[in-house]
Amino acid sequence: MSEIVIDKVSKIFGDGGAKPFVAIDGVDLRVEDREFISVVGPSGCGKTTLMRMVAGLETVSRGEIRVAGKPVTGPGPDRAVVFQQFALFPWKTVRENIVFGMRSRGASREERDEAVTYYLRLMKMEGTADKYPHQLSGGMQQRVAIARSYATDPGVLLMDEPFGALDAQTRTIMQEELVRVSKGNPRTVMFITHSVEEAVYLADRVVVMGRNPGHIREVIDVASTRQAERWSEEPIDDVMEKPSFTHLRGQVWRLLREQMGADV
Amino acid sequence: MTRAVPLWLYSLSSLVLFFGVWQGVTVLGLVSPFVLPSPVTVAERAIAMMQRPFAGALLWEHAFSSFLRFLGGFGLAAAIGVPLGLMMGRFRLLDEMVTPVFEAYRYVAPLAWVPFAALWFGTGVGGAIMVIFTGAFAPCLINAYRGARLVDKHLIEAAQTHGASEFRIATEVLLPGALPSIVAGLRVSAGLGWQSLIGAELIVVSSGIGYVMIQGQSNLSPQTVITAMLVIGLIGLLIDVGLRGVETAVRRKWEGQ
Ligand SMILES: Nc1ncnc2c1ncn2[C@@H]1O[C@H](COP(=O)(O)OP(=O)(O)OP(=O)(O)O)[C@@H](O)[C@H]1O
Ligand SMILES: [Mg+2]
Repeated sequence: MSEIVIDKVSKIFGDGGAKPFVAIDGVDLRVEDREFISVVGPSGCGKTTLMRMVAGLETVSRGEIRVAGKPVTGPGPDRAVVFQQFALFPWKTVRENIVFGMRSRGASREERDEAVTYYLRLMKMEGTADKYPHQLSGGMQQRVAIARSYATDPGVLLMDEPFGALDAQTRTIMQEELVRVSKGNPRTVMFITHSVEEAVYLADRVVVMGRNPGHIREVIDVASTRQAERWSEEPIDDVMEKPSFTHLRGQVWRLLREQMGADV
Repeated sequence: MTRAVPLWLYSLSSLVLFFGVWQGVTVLGLVSPFVLPSPVTVAERAIAMMQRPFAGALLWEHAFSSFLRFLGGFGLAAAIGVPLGLMMGRFRLLDEMVTPVFEAYRYVAPLAWVPFAALWFGTGVGGAIMVIFTGAFAPCLINAYRGARLVDKHLIEAAQTHGASEFRIATEVLLPGALPSIVAGLRVSAGLGWQSLIGAELIVVSSGIGYVMIQGQSNLSPQTVITAMLVIGLIGLLIDVGLRGVETAVRRKWEGQ
């Protein structure tokens, strides 16, 4: 059971210094085991900071974060991160990149070979196992990064604008693929994005953040609509034209615009 | 467009000119052969030293024992300097601790360690290795440190969030990430190490090319001294060419990525 509990968490950069800066102020959020949440909000509202605290890459100034009941004290393979910049190891092949995290938990050779075959097929990337990242397109690189994180078998997956660096078509394909992968392999996911469509399409719940200082404005439920309207059985373009989808999208949009207008 | 004269012809002609002037000056008797022997005399001396032992060994044996000492000191410098540099690039605290000592040490010329080398290790191999080590250590450490600092932070974080131990971060992220910088450092380090070797041999040991020079001097045989100098230059050149090859190979492999 890998639920994330964010308990009255604040982040103050330069705490105790001459110019402390409150990036996150009193955020409370509970992400259930195997729930997929998207986080949207204006630039600088602290999405990345919040995610990095869950990852253990950044300390918490006030409050506490618990994952699977244990307080987060540092980074660990139970919370794999997919970065916007892919962060593949350039000197390792696709195969070596995918198994990087598996080796941390001492996976056997057979298990690793199996995972490479499995994920490359799943990502429609057969035959690339021995290529280096620079020989792949951006979309393919990000697929390898996602495979690396899934193969590590973490309870929690943290993704910070993973598709932000991709072109529009590749992005759409990746969104469908992510839905497919996470359906066969459900994890607790925290997914940061600037795209409202993407947020609504992928998530069970969308968290809308506001800034000055960073806080949670509203949490919108998507899962019940998705199930009732059977989104996951249709291609992404069709889903995005459904009234149920456009309604939710509009709702998130209005909240977001309100946040952006807040300091104009 | 093709060149009328290939570039290597220029290099060759400067060599020919150099030896020509040297030979000319000595043949015309402008300088005494006791001050500057002719290239021909030196060549004869070199051949003689390859056939008959001088100062206890044949020329190549002296060269070989010098080279082994060099490998010892240089290897030790790389084996300590590179990991320490990488760790200093990774851990701020270690950086703060080592830097003041390091800054003080690096401005002390390798030869200044000779008295201590003799005191601690006597006139055996250990003393020479220590002097080479002091000459070769700084560039190993500095370049590994700089290389590690320049490794993309996201790669280190990716390793951490995928469960890598500090050992794996060092060997699988920092080391390959800093490799081009490390190899460049090794090249500088080898040059300095080789230079300080000769200095060490002048004083602390009784074999090797540096020792040949000292013996040549006390035998009033300038051609022996010049032979030794040429061997030093030649081996230094070979070491540099070898490491330059490694450097180019690493660059080529890494830059594609
Ligand atoms: N290491 C740091 N030191 C000081 N301030 C920081 C640091 N990291 C982030 N901040 C500040 O904290 C605030 C939140 O930053 P963060 O990167 O979390 O925003 P974000 O919501 O991810 O923005 P974006 O959508 O542009 O990625 C910003 O004002 C930023 O300048
Ligand atoms: Mg961000």
